[in-house]
Amino acid sequence: MQVPAPFAYERATSVDHALELLERLGPEARLLAGGHSLLPMMKLRVAAPEHLIDLDPLAVQLGYIREQAGEVRIGAMTRHREILASDLLARRLTMFTDAERLIADPLVRNRGTIGGALCQADPAEDLSSVIAALQGRAVIRSRSGEREVAMREFHVGPYETVVGEAEMLIEVRVPLREGAGSAYEKVKRRAGDWAVAAVGAALWLSGGTIEGAGIGTTAVGGGVTSERAEAALVGERPAEEVFDRAAEIAAEDCDPVADQRGSVDYKRHLTAELTRRALRRAAARALGAEA
Amino acid sequence: MQITMTVNGEEYTREVEPRMLLTHFLRDELGLTGTHWGCDTSNCGTCSVLMDGDPVKSCTVLAATASGHQIRTVEGLEVDGVLDPVQQGFSEMHGLQCGFCTPGMMMTARALLDENPNPTEAEIREAISGQICRCTGYATIVRSIRWAADHPAAATHTEEVAS
Repeated sequence: MQVPAPFAYERATSVDHALELLERLGPEARLLAGGHSLLPMMKLRVAAPEHLIDLDPLAVQLGYIREQAGEVRIGAMTRHREILASDLLARRLTMFTDAERLIADPLVRNRGTIGGALCQADPAEDLSSVIAALQGRAVIRSRSGEREVAMREFHVGPYETVVGEAEMLIEVRVPLREGAGSAYEKVKRRAGDWAVAAVGAALWLSGGTIEGAGIGTTAVGGGVTSERAEAALVGERPAEEVFDRAAEIAAEDCDPVADQRGSVDYKRHLTAELTRRALRRAAARALGAEA
Repeated sequence: MQITMTVNGEEYTREVEPRMLLTHFLRDELGLTGTHWGCDTSNCGTCSVLMDGDPVKSCTVLAATASGHQIRTVEGLEVDGVLDPVQQGFSEMHGLQCGFCTPGMMMTARALLDENPNPTEAEIREAISGQICRCTGYATIVRSIRWAADHPAAATHTEEVAS
C-alpha cells in the first residue's frame, strides 16, 4: 500500500491565507493544487513535506479563463478539463486545446490544474512549452507583492522553478495576436502516458509573412524553446522548405536522453518531424485554412 | 483531523489522519468496498468515484480534500433495488468478466451519460481511456455503456436481472 509520510494539513481559505501559511510554516510546507503530481510523489516518498496547504477551496476563485487587456488570463487552479473545454482557447490559442487532448486521461484532467502542472516542472510536462512557445508569462505573488516572469525563464531545471518558498503562482497570461495560428504535436506510447516527444509551434503572420514565431519542445531536454528555430522563421513566408530548416534547428537544439520511451536518435528525429507538422498546422490555422 | 463528506447522499463525519486517501476512507472507514483499490498510482482507474459529479481516481485524492464535497460510489448507483441503466447495461451486454475494473468503469459511464446522454463510440472510448480492463478488450464495455444510453429509463428490479 502506498501512503504518504505523515504531514500536518491546512486548508487555504484565500490566496492571502495560503501565502501567510507558507511564510509561517517555512520551507517544509508545500501547496497542494489538484494533487495529481504531488500526491503520487508523496506516495512514493520522493516528496515528504511536513505541512501540506490544500488549495482546493480556491478552485473557484482561481479557476478561470478570461480575455482581458489583449491577453488570455488563466487562473492557477484552472483544471485541465476546463482548459480543454474552453472555446476561447480553442479559437484563439488552439495549441492549448491540442495539448490538453493528450494530457494524461480524462479523470486526471478532472483534478489536475495548470498551476500544479507548471510548478511541478516535470521535463515531460506539456503546458510549460505551450505557454513558452506562445510567449506567455507567469504571475507570482508573495505577501510583499506580485511579479511577472516570462514562461521562458520560469524553469530553473527539472522539477525546479523560480517560484520562491513563500511565493505562489496565481495566474498565467498569454498574449493574443492578430494573424496568429498555433498547434501542438505529441507522440506518446499509449493513452495516459507521458510524451516521448512533443512540439508546440505558434506563427504570427502579417501580409503573408511570418512576423513572429514560437517553438516549444517537451520531454527532449535542452531549453523549453528553440530561439534559433524561431529566428529562422521570422521574415519568411510560410513554406515547406522554411519549416524544414526550422525543424532541423529545433532537432539540433534539443538534448534528449535515452530511456524506455526511445533512443536519443529517435527523439531527435521526432523533434524535427513534430516541429514540421506543428508548423504546417499553425500556418494553416493562421491563414484560416484549418480549424 | 475531523472530516465530513456526503457519500451517496448520506453525510459522514470521521476522525482521520490527514494522509488518508479517499479510496481507503471509503473502503476502510465507511465499509464501502465496492470502490476497488488497484494500482495505487493513478493509472488503472478501478478506484474511480464521482466527486461533485465528475469521475476522479480516489487513490489520488486525500480524504481531507474531499471533505465538504459530494461523493458517489458504485453503491450509490442502485436505488431501492432498482439498477441504474449503466448496471443493467453491463449485465445485458456482458460488460465484465472478472469484475475488478467494473465499479470504476460504471461510475465513469454514469458521469459520461449525465453530461452527454447520447455519446458516440469514440466519446465512450475517450471517457474510459483512463481506466484499464484486462479481460474484455473493452468492446463489451463500450456496448454496455451504449446500451445504457439507449435505455435511459431502464428500471428493472435486481431480482429480475438476477433471474
